[in-house]
Amino acid sequence: MASGISAAGWNLRTYLLLARMWIRVSMTYRASFVTLTVGQFFITGLDFIGIAILFSNVDALAGFSFSEVAFLYGGSALCLGLADLVLGNIEKLGTRIRMGTFDAMLVRPVSVFVQMCADEFALRRLGRIAQAAGVFVWSVVALDIDWTASRVAMVPYLVGTGTVIFLALFTIGAAVQFWTAESSELSNAFTYGGSTLAQFPLSIYPREAVKALTFVVPLGFVNWYPSLYILDRPDPFGFPAVLQFAGAIAAALLSLLAAVVWRRGTRHYQSTGS
Amino acid sequence: MAAGHSPLPEHGELTVPIIEVKGVRRDFLVRRKAGRMRRTASVVTAVRDLDFGVESGEMVGYIGPNGAGKSTTIKMLTGILVPSAGQLSVAGLTPYVQRTTLARKIGVVFGQRTTLWWDLPLRDTFDLLRRIYRVPDSRFRANLATFTELLDLGPLLDTPVRQLSLGQRMRGDLAAALLHDPEVVYLDEPTIGLDVVSKANLRNFLRQTNRERGTTVLLTTHDLDDIEQLCSRVMVIDSGRLVYDGGLAGLHQLGDARRTLVVDLVEPAAALDLPGAQTLRVEGPRQWLSFPADASAAPLIAALAERHAVADLSIREPDIEAVITSIYTSAKLPKPPE
Amino acid sequence: MVCRRRLSFRRYSTYRAATLAGIFTNCVFGVIICFTYMAVWRQNPTAGGYDVTDALTYVWLGQAMLMTVAMWSGGATDDLAARIRSGDVALDLHRPVSLLGWYLACDLGRACYHLLTRGVAPTIVGSLLFDLRYPQDALTGLVFALSVTLAVTVSFGVRMLVSASAFWLVDDTGVKQLAAVCAFFFSGMTVPLVLFPGWTGEVASLLPWASYLQVPADVWLGKRTGLDLIGALGFQALWTAILLWACSAVLRLANRKVVVQGG
Repeated sequence: MASGISAAGWNLRTYLLLARMWIRVSMTYRASFVTLTVGQFFITGLDFIGIAILFSNVDALAGFSFSEVAFLYGGSALCLGLADLVLGNIEKLGTRIRMGTFDAMLVRPVSVFVQMCADEFALRRLGRIAQAAGVFVWSVVALDIDWTASRVAMVPYLVGTGTVIFLALFTIGAAVQFWTAESSELSNAFTYGGSTLAQFPLSIYPREAVKALTFVVPLGFVNWYPSLYILDRPDPFGFPAVLQFAGAIAAALLSLLAAVVWRRGTRHYQSTGS
Repeated sequence: MAAGHSPLPEHGELTVPIIEVKGVRRDFLVRRKAGRMRRTASVVTAVRDLDFGVESGEMVGYIGPNGAGKSTTIKMLTGILVPSAGQLSVAGLTPYVQRTTLARKIGVVFGQRTTLWWDLPLRDTFDLLRRIYRVPDSRFRANLATFTELLDLGPLLDTPVRQLSLGQRMRGDLAAALLHDPEVVYLDEPTIGLDVVSKANLRNFLRQTNRERGTTVLLTTHDLDDIEQLCSRVMVIDSGRLVYDGGLAGLHQLGDARRTLVVDLVEPAAALDLPGAQTLRVEGPRQWLSFPADASAAPLIAALAERHAVADLSIREPDIEAVITSIYTSAKLPKPPE
Repeated sequence: MVCRRRLSFRRYSTYRAATLAGIFTNCVFGVIICFTYMAVWRQNPTAGGYDVTDALTYVWLGQAMLMTVAMWSGGATDDLAARIRSGDVALDLHRPVSLLGWYLACDLGRACYHLLTRGVAPTIVGSLLFDLRYPQDALTGLVFALSVTLAVTVSFGVRMLVSASAFWLVDDTGVKQLAAVCAFFFSGMTVPLVLFPGWTGEVASLLPWASYLQVPADVWLGKRTGLDLIGALGFQALWTAILLWACSAVLRLANRKVVVQGG
């Protein structure tokens, strides 16, 4: 147990070490860094502008107002942005394997997972995070939410569990590349697709689809269920209210799956070679 | 750890080899297209019946034709690949099981690809490695100073790796691999693409490191000068099997080697026809005669002097290149059963 | 420097697994956006002059055009940027017209491949899942094909200009990002241009990016008839001409720069 904790501590320290190194590198090109970050802010903001344009044609989507949809959008984009910041480049695993540069990581006394997470850590992703946070905060201000203590607590809960779910999805999407050595296109469908999905109320989808998004690919827990609680809305499908608190369980299970798949993946790589 | 490790063991000491390979085999599954739709899968054995040990402090050459299994062996020794059968042990650890623990004790230089971070200046790379490998400050500073001097890294320390030439990068890779005083260093084609001067400097550096720090070195290379200048022991692998493991001298006997007698006749003559010798080349008064390496040159010279007026002659030993080539293509060696 | 359409066609067909993954992604996004639009048109059944069937068809046309028109980036013009950085382009520059022609031919070949794979496949999936609208007659289909071709040429012109920035800029990632974003937004991929409020929609429909998706989509959906149909093609052809002229001017400028600086 003790060695497990010290190993985790070592891994975290190394992750921060590598991330700091990449930040320093990007700071040497400071003008470029600022431009890219600001660029990210506006580029990702276009998604929200798209939503705003939709709302110039309608008053509500599936019974949700503009500020409510903005709340959903902000939560989803924030979780994706945070996950992307922490380990966005893990999806380049397939490319690394094909180029033969993955072996250099196996030769170092560091977990390859940590190395891949920190690989080319891009602080410029703060651009997306800032934009998402901006929309999120604006929507909270615009909405007339009855802020009970539990609702307030639900906000960091939403961001926390949502981010972990995306972290796990990114990891699984990358680990699959141990077997396919392909690009991240497939995993993008789940991560970026998932985030796009979560920008809108899930009530626009058929009931069966939402069940799948709850029990199969738990994207519903990223922000939909916690948001129902915060916005004080009954579940449009009549699903049990307890789901609105179950995000942590979904995140934990998915993380477990991600850890297993990653481990299997590295073992597969070592057994078959590249 | 203090200044390096003990060099070669004293006579009479019982030691466990630092690298132990027993009965190791590695198979690969290769999928090939057979016709438009179907694919066949076949098993290719990259390495089989590999048995050898390397003592601490040895500098061993590991050579063989392309595809013989050299890279596969190195990958198994470093923990990148798992063997299909057999046992491996490096510094008392099983590579693929205790990968990160072993990684602290080894250094690797991949000739074709760098292990350095592309965008970082060398100085920052070394600093990062210092922390990853947990090298004590004083040790790090001493090593860095030594390597900077021996490998002439001074002007390069603040250049991003991306902007270095191949030779400069190779020197950086070498320093990076040795910074943490590893017990074993694997060098995969370290002199490839380097000019003559750089190669000589690199070899000096390796010799010195091996001598002063007792670092075990396993060197794979296609440049046989590397072997001749650095290694007292060479292992030859061919088609996945170890076909030779011993000193350089013994290597000559293995191949179908021949020596060359270069004779300068007083007057140009037609191609000589002498028993036991083959005339390779005629250029004016000079002729090249080839004869078996294990035969004495004396009878040949006597026969030559009897029939022709000789102005001068010299004997060329078979170079290791020719020896190796003949091993690679030799029909003498039993081919492994398919 | 011989490039026939067939050669560039085959080069892209080797990435088969990546293409399948890409088609999957297209389908996922297509489905997601379809449900979103269904909710929008349920609220406002005639938004932007479209009905819900128009909107759903538009989604799949968008997914089809995404790769065909190389909206994010890619295509033959990336080769140009690489050659500029490596310096090999100095040789190519002496004949700016044929250089353009060569890259254009390559890009059309690539677009053909992408249309047939990343274009057709998701559309078939979309048609199985949703009720879509199809062209009324063969003439409309033919004009649509022409419109798609012109969309590729307009896109080629824009991408060529972006790649040519490599002659002057050391780091072109900013320009490429900006171009990709403009393409995605102003082509109507994010939201159809017909939904843009007020004058923003009118301005957007005059920009070259409208040729990428909105114009061909309107042709397919039968929103442009008679003279208007010809006008649509004319719009795309006009932008093609303007952009190709700009490209050759830029290439001539670049040629002078290269000659002066010695490559």
